[in-house]
Amino acid sequence: MALNYFQPLFDVIRDKDRCIKCQACARQCANEVHRYDGDLDMMISDSQQCVDCQRCVCICPTGALKIVDNPNKFRNNSNWSQQIMTEVYKQAETGGVLLSAMGNPKEYPVYWDKILLNASQVTNPPIDPLREPMETKVFLGKKPKNVSFNEDGSVKTETTPTLELSTPIMFSAMSYGSISRNAHESLARAATELGIFYNTGEGGLHKDFYQYGSNTIVQVASGRFGVFKDYLETGAAIEIKMGQGAKPGIGGHLPGAKILEDVSRTRMIPMGTDAISPAPHHDIYSIEDLRQLVLSLKEATEYKKPVIVKIAAVHNVAAIASGIARSGADIIAIDGYRGGTGAAPTRIRDNVGIPIELALASVDQRLRDEGIRNEVSVVVAGSIRSSSDVVKAIALGADACYIGTAALLALGCHLCRSCQTGKCNWGIATQRPDLVKRLNPNIGYQRLVNLVHAWDHEIKEMMGGMGINSVEALRGNRLMLRGIGLNEKELEILGIQHAGQ
Amino acid sequence: MKRVYVNEDWCLACHLCEYYCAAANSGAENMIKAFANGNKPIPRIKVEEGSGINFAVQCRHCETPLCVKSCITGALSQKDGVISCDESRCVGCYTCVLACPYGCIVTSENSKVIQKCDLCMKNNNGEPACVKGCPNKAIVLEER
Repeated sequence: MALNYFQPLFDVIRDKDRCIKCQACARQCANEVHRYDGDLDMMISDSQQCVDCQRCVCICPTGALKIVDNPNKFRNNSNWSQQIMTEVYKQAETGGVLLSAMGNPKEYPVYWDKILLNASQVTNPPIDPLREPMETKVFLGKKPKNVSFNEDGSVKTETTPTLELSTPIMFSAMSYGSISRNAHESLARAATELGIFYNTGEGGLHKDFYQYGSNTIVQVASGRFGVFKDYLETGAAIEIKMGQGAKPGIGGHLPGAKILEDVSRTRMIPMGTDAISPAPHHDIYSIEDLRQLVLSLKEATEYKKPVIVKIAAVHNVAAIASGIARSGADIIAIDGYRGGTGAAPTRIRDNVGIPIELALASVDQRLRDEGIRNEVSVVVAGSIRSSSDVVKAIALGADACYIGTAALLALGCHLCRSCQTGKCNWGIATQRPDLVKRLNPNIGYQRLVNLVHAWDHEIKEMMGGMGINSVEALRGNRLMLRGIGLNEKELEILGIQHAGQ
Repeated sequence: MKRVYVNEDWCLACHLCEYYCAAANSGAENMIKAFANGNKPIPRIKVEEGSGINFAVQCRHCETPLCVKSCITGALSQKDGVISCDESRCVGCYTCVLACPYGCIVTSENSKVIQKCDLCMKNNNGEPACVKGCPNKAIVLEER
């Protein structure tokens, strides 16, 4: 195009004194930013193609590269920001819906950062997790209202199947197709070693990963990709995906270019066809319909597996959760508006849904008010960034957390938010064989294990500080939380007091 | 004996092993100095690539080494399994270059003597620079 409306977002800065022209950057950039010019005997970069994934910066053996924001700016305007103007130019050129990936990056409030934790002083002793036992094991599923015993002391109460987690963290649903085989293998092996669960997403389960079935949650979503008897029977639990935090109210679309042989076989669709998940489940238009699917899945698996229903956090989430709790589901997963995705329309991702902190607080309160909190476990997702977010979520009422973005960061993701291009330089969100092999699952799974171990240690430290020695005793313990810089309404919804109170 | 092995599943053909090898054996303090002023030290490891399969090759430290057998001056010798070259005895006849079935003996950039992988015994305390520098753990040093 003769007239270019787009300014490069980034500037690739190369320190010529440090560059040894090894060309590792050129060989590693799928966006073809770097190239070696033999005539000039120098490396040349095309900043326009750069997505700031930092792969070249990390691989450069002499630290010669830096990616910085392009200092060139359109004329300052508080209303028409450069990003908004660029998006208008893009749509004027293509006529298409804007696509984005990963979670909502906008400057909305992060409530986790406005909540502070308590610690014991003088009157109640803190606990040292290195010296005293500390329990982070949790069970997800229905809990009986009371327990009765037979005369011989055995338990009389009928129990339903539950999931046992060594720590209240699971890997979120990410489909094979949206992420690579090596990323899936890393998640599966890490979940198995950690005694937690990972989630197939709606892309089905590759035959090679059936061996990790006892640590796998299999998903049934609106496209029903890859769902059949063996799939349901292999998983430890079944998740019905009604919605996703990054794109509530819409379905999914995996472009045909990513449906190569293995993905096609796993999803049970022809190679090269687009995998389109409808926005609704066409057989679910009410809680009663949902109940039918929950019970069908339980019937199909002989009532041996808990069923999870995953929804996006939207305005009336508490009422919806109450309905789900009565549908026969064992676990409700709620995904906040900052949840990640491999691709979503930008406007949906950035403007639809509500923060997970508020959704969690209102769901937990509603279920407690209605006396049905024990009927379901609540799992929260949508940007759980650290162990302190996990502790705060549990104190607000969650049973466990799903981590997706954090898990991908452990695998090397640098949040360049270009998953939809399929050219992930870190070998995560791509199906190109030369890129997929960049993620060695032997390294990847160990990094995931390290991350969760580290968080587990920190959770124990924080609980110990509060004088609490088990996750069970922390759950819904909102007295351990105080808000900072929150207004009356926000405190009321979160069900916590302000710092100083 | 521990040897360097390459798993082609994880080799990305980034060629960094070649640069780490060349820098480590150049005697320079760091990579930037090794390549400063247009210097191009020759690596003792070489990435073979093509048709989507890549792997790095360096001296296999054969149990019955043809290079040692072919050396006319006794410069090449095998000690504790590691084949190394005594540069003061090498006369640059390159018979070993012809004899090596893996093409792992290379000439030196500024003298006639040959150079080859000695598992970084002389420079890195036995931790080969290629193994240390591989970003995807495709190159490993292990007993098999």
